[in-house]
Amino acid sequence: MSRPRAQVVGVGESRYTRWGKIGDVTEHALACQVIQRAVEEAGLGVDDVDGLASFAEDRNEAVFLAAELGLPALRFANMVWMPGGGGGCAAISNAAMAVETGQAEVVVVYRSLCQGQFFRFGQAGRAASAPVDPEPPTVQQANSLMLASMGFAMPYGLLMAAAAYALPTRRHMHLYGTKHEQLGRLAVTFREHASRNPRAVMGGRPMTMDDYLASPMIADPHRLFDCCLESDGACAVVVTTEERARDLPNARVEILASEQGAPKGYGFGPFTNANVADAIYATGGCEEMAGRLWGKAGVGPGDVDVAQIYDHFTGCVLMQLEDFGFCDRGEGGPFIESGVLSWHGGSMPTNTHGGSLSEAYIHGLNHVVEGVRALRGESTSPVEGAELCLVTSGACVASSAALLARR
Amino acid sequence: MSERFFPDGMPPPLADVTTLPWWEAAADHRLVVQRCTACEHTRLPPSPVCPECRSADADWREVPGRGEVYTYTTVHRPIAANQELPFVVAVIALEDSGGVRIISNLVGVEPEEIAIGMPVELVWEDMSADLAIPRFRPAGSSA
Repeated sequence: MSRPRAQVVGVGESRYTRWGKIGDVTEHALACQVIQRAVEEAGLGVDDVDGLASFAEDRNEAVFLAAELGLPALRFANMVWMPGGGGGCAAISNAAMAVETGQAEVVVVYRSLCQGQFFRFGQAGRAASAPVDPEPPTVQQANSLMLASMGFAMPYGLLMAAAAYALPTRRHMHLYGTKHEQLGRLAVTFREHASRNPRAVMGGRPMTMDDYLASPMIADPHRLFDCCLESDGACAVVVTTEERARDLPNARVEILASEQGAPKGYGFGPFTNANVADAIYATGGCEEMAGRLWGKAGVGPGDVDVAQIYDHFTGCVLMQLEDFGFCDRGEGGPFIESGVLSWHGGSMPTNTHGGSLSEAYIHGLNHVVEGVRALRGESTSPVEGAELCLVTSGACVASSAALLARR
Repeated sequence: MSERFFPDGMPPPLADVTTLPWWEAAADHRLVVQRCTACEHTRLPPSPVCPECRSADADWREVPGRGEVYTYTTVHRPIAANQELPFVVAVIALEDSGGVRIISNLVGVEPEEIAIGMPVELVWEDMSADLAIPRFRPAGSSA
């Protein structure tokens, strides 16, 4: 007998802008706003919320939001570690577990990012203009495990994600003959999807393959258009029990299964995983997790109608497609070239909102929002009759994924 | 002092109690890997526990500094002021190390000449009197 599964009943979003462009409201206030919007959209009130969950070291700590929003009781608060988007679906999973085990009844998963109001690593290179006369370099104190491990990457200038994730992608090209044009096909496809999405930051900027190939090289093989946006914005997702969901107005979307994980030795991905097994290095690191996901859900890659695949970099999308079994290892390039991911005639339209590459980079929680919209029939690139959506978070970091099902 | 490849403004190494000995060996121009004294498994970066047998006992094994390119990327954005572009970040598979790979840089080579599998050798860069950082160049490069 299967247990009743948690459902997603509301979504809320702020406007999405380029990095640093939201300055008229604090990141903190934006978190409150999107939580309220999602709750209202669900047909609930803020008084109904008793749990909060986030990921990526979100700065907007749950206990303070709970007090500020006046939650009558905070019964569940949860954070998934590590910067970046690998934990997006894990946060959904945590919310699902909380409601399914009765720890809380209504949990809101949120992420709010207004990075111009703070510093984000990887921006260090931007300030390299005026000459400086620094102290002679020495070894510095690391205040966390992550910083100590980054001590074996940063002195070599490995600071940008675009450079780190280039390392496994370059090896993938070496092993399997993957081509720049295959990576570019992803960028062009998701940009085309964004053209129908009024929320997409790049919605008004068409991209051809020539545009892609002409874009400047950042860290070979990553061109500018292989790299996701840096955005300001926030979104939130409301998770509740199956029983509570029955009384609520929106079309029902069930969290059929969700999983998270990382292979042995993975650490912080290519920033620190030079010694991971050779068989894992030029992959997204999601294969074992994907196996658990399909197994627990009782479905397979061929059952997926629409997908929202975490697209921090095009090569990572390609490697995830292999990890999740949509094609054989090494065949990601030809699979993409077949057009299967395009809303125009593809059998599994992917990133129907434009993704992190062309809608906005809210660390992948906006992929969960789009997955919900797609199954409700509300996407701007709708897939008729879609019943099953795969959403992924991460790749080349500790990752997570969820299967959403129309009910 | 050695030849300089990178400017002083590069991010400094960050170390804690576990990793500091590696940087102290580097200051002496010794490239070392951490070796579990219980099962001989070698590892980098240094850590408090062996991932294979979970022993907390370890020492340091010096490696010759020869290796081959496992993967690389040519970076076109600067990390520090006055940095020459592009620069190359590479993962080097170290010879005679028990299978350890290290993140480092390739210097003294044009990006078009780099190939996965090419043999490389260690070259130390003295960033200051207290800090030396290992870089790699094509094997057989003249000093």
